[in-house]
Amino acid sequence: MALSTPHLLGLNGVPKEDIQLILDTATTFREVLDRPIKKVPTLQGKTIVNLFYESSTRTRISFELAQKRLSADIVNFSKGTSSVSKGESFKDTVKNIEAMKVDMIVVRHSSAGVPHYLTRISNANIINAGDGLHEHPTQALLDMYSIREKLNSLEGLRICIIGDIAHSRVALSNIYGLKTMGATVNVCGPATMIPKELERLGVKIYNNVDKAIAEHDVINVLRIQLEREAGISIPSLREYHNYFGITAERIERNNKDILILHPGPINRGVELSSEVADGPYQVILNQVTNGVAIRMAVLYLLGTAN
Amino acid sequence: MQIILKGGIVINPAQNIEQKLDLLIDNGIIKKIGAIKPGEYSSAKIYDFENKFIVPGLFDMHVHLREPGREDEETVVTGANAAAAGGFTGLACMPNTNPTIDSAEVINFINQKANGHLVNVHSIGAVTLGRKGESLAPIAEMVEAGAVAFSDDGVAVKTAAILRKAMEYASMYDKLVIEHCEDESLAGGAMNESVVSTQLGLPPLPSVSEDLIVMRDILLAEYVGARVHIAHISTKASVEMVRQAKKKGINVTAEVTPHHFTLTHDSLKTFDTNFKMNPPLRSKEDVLAIIEGLKDGTIDCIASDHAPHSIEEKDLEFINAPNGIIGLETQLGLAITELVHKGHLTISQLVEKLSVNPRKILNVPVPQITEDENADLTIFDSDMVWTVDKNKFKSKSKNTPFDKRLLTGKSIAVINNGKMFIDDNFLNITG
Ligand SMILES: [Zn+2]
Repeated sequence: MALSTPHLLGLNGVPKEDIQLILDTATTFREVLDRPIKKVPTLQGKTIVNLFYESSTRTRISFELAQKRLSADIVNFSKGTSSVSKGESFKDTVKNIEAMKVDMIVVRHSSAGVPHYLTRISNANIINAGDGLHEHPTQALLDMYSIREKLNSLEGLRICIIGDIAHSRVALSNIYGLKTMGATVNVCGPATMIPKELERLGVKIYNNVDKAIAEHDVINVLRIQLEREAGISIPSLREYHNYFGITAERIERNNKDILILHPGPINRGVELSSEVADGPYQVILNQVTNGVAIRMAVLYLLGTAN
Repeated sequence: MQIILKGGIVINPAQNIEQKLDLLIDNGIIKKIGAIKPGEYSSAKIYDFENKFIVPGLFDMHVHLREPGREDEETVVTGANAAAAGGFTGLACMPNTNPTIDSAEVINFINQKANGHLVNVHSIGAVTLGRKGESLAPIAEMVEAGAVAFSDDGVAVKTAAILRKAMEYASMYDKLVIEHCEDESLAGGAMNESVVSTQLGLPPLPSVSEDLIVMRDILLAEYVGARVHIAHISTKASVEMVRQAKKKGINVTAEVTPHHFTLTHDSLKTFDTNFKMNPPLRSKEDVLAIIEGLKDGTIDCIASDHAPHSIEEKDLEFINAPNGIIGLETQLGLAITELVHKGHLTISQLVEKLSVNPRKILNVPVPQITEDENADLTIFDSDMVWTVDKNKFKSKSKNTPFDKRLLTGKSIAVINNGKMFIDDNFLNITG
């Protein structure tokens, strides 16, 4: 079994069979991660570059761990976006890295489209680890894996993504992936945080979080990006919490059976109250192990295809 | 030296000519119009332009030459060469050079560089010093040096207060302000805001940012009683506002670029930076409204917004790449392909939009196809099918989204200032 594409640029347009294969392969690797010896020789002799132009400790460590578990050789390249304009161009950096005979590039960049651009200037397999506000496919795959682990299937589920949809690359990847797998996906947030014409992607928009909780099986609660544009989109974090925050009272009142996802790290008291994060509710936080398994699956499937 | 242009269809809407006529040009001056018998003027060189169109030289009123400042991307001469190759005998260049065209000195410098060229190069001066929007540039001094209009292109004139003063001041010399309409507080995105920007995760540029400034400028033009020209109009709402303003008798004119009537924001889906420009490519609905605006005369002219960028500058991650594409050498072909062959404009209407109207807006004399006048002509074949090849461009830059595109319609020759450009060569036709 092989994926239909040599790259993972996003989940838009990725066929159901590919997603199914990644999720199933991840299940196998998940078992490997529970063994005392967590390493397999699958990618021995392959060189992978982690090209991180934007800081992201969690995603980078998860990819690195996955690569180590698969016995790949790793080169890490991190660069703050601020220094991009000075010195070497992105293309020159990639050309230099390519000269080292690289098989795969995992890329994180603040500009949407950089993974697509990489496919034009490099011969390596490209994996998108987050590009601008576009996509973050491995995060969405890990969300899907975690939901499937709890609820057995994605088909027919109703999932609502709550938060700053306009400034989230996770939302878009989740919308594409989950819809392909037969789930209904909607979003909820203040009108200022919903990107233009999102409904044309076949999602419904909720501005009332109680209604969103009541009408879905799963909510995926996004971190409110304090450092990004949240400041101009909402009056205050306090008001956000009061009207869109997920609290125990809201869960109790609207839907006690709901499954809550949060990709982490949480801003406690903003998008999620501490009672919910630490309480008796069905909450999936920071699925670190699943994330490693998903990334192992993607690396394995792309890295052994030829 | 005498040359004969044989068998062409002469069209000049400014003179109401549309007729098959031979032309005798002697030392760059039109000496005879009408049938020329074989053997007549036996020493003349004869060009067979059977059924080709001969029209007053085309004029592009929105060109970015990069001189002074970025001569690696374009110079006055290479830009003028590209204009000649694209079928143009005149152009107006925008002031966002380095230094800015905000003094007579810079205009004199450009005039000197363009001196003796086939293509007439006119300068558009900045409205404000350094295009900063704070204080008026020396408009009278620049008029004297030859400025044909004023613009802070790249940005809109920063405040209504200074724009008002600029309109009033320029009116004294019957000059107008050309506006790049974009609300500063809504600027900074990378593509048109729509479901496509949502899907691509690119920072959005809403169409309303253009509309707000178009509205402001129309209201100010009416209040002041001055003329204003809307550069590169790109939205349906802006076209409608210009249409209504014209009906009310407000002195507003507008231009559109070939890319805004040819392409939509769907082209961005490959993240190719050659589709990144400002204003951005808009929706299909906007494109249809623009074509309607061209048909009913709401949009007066077509201009390229020729914006050269080096390969290194454009070959970047999408959000870091600069806006703009070159257009001088594809403009006529795109206009004929998209507007004439699709039945939206007649050849005569096309000539109005590419030759007559831009000159009228800038108060530059429209070339007359009359005996004893300077021969300022473009000869084009409306049916020639050709493939765009950026490597053959005269422009120093190659940033075009139209490379490899099949077009129908191409310039064959241009004549002006005693020179002729034909078969990829400049010829002297005097002496
Ligand atoms: Zn402009």
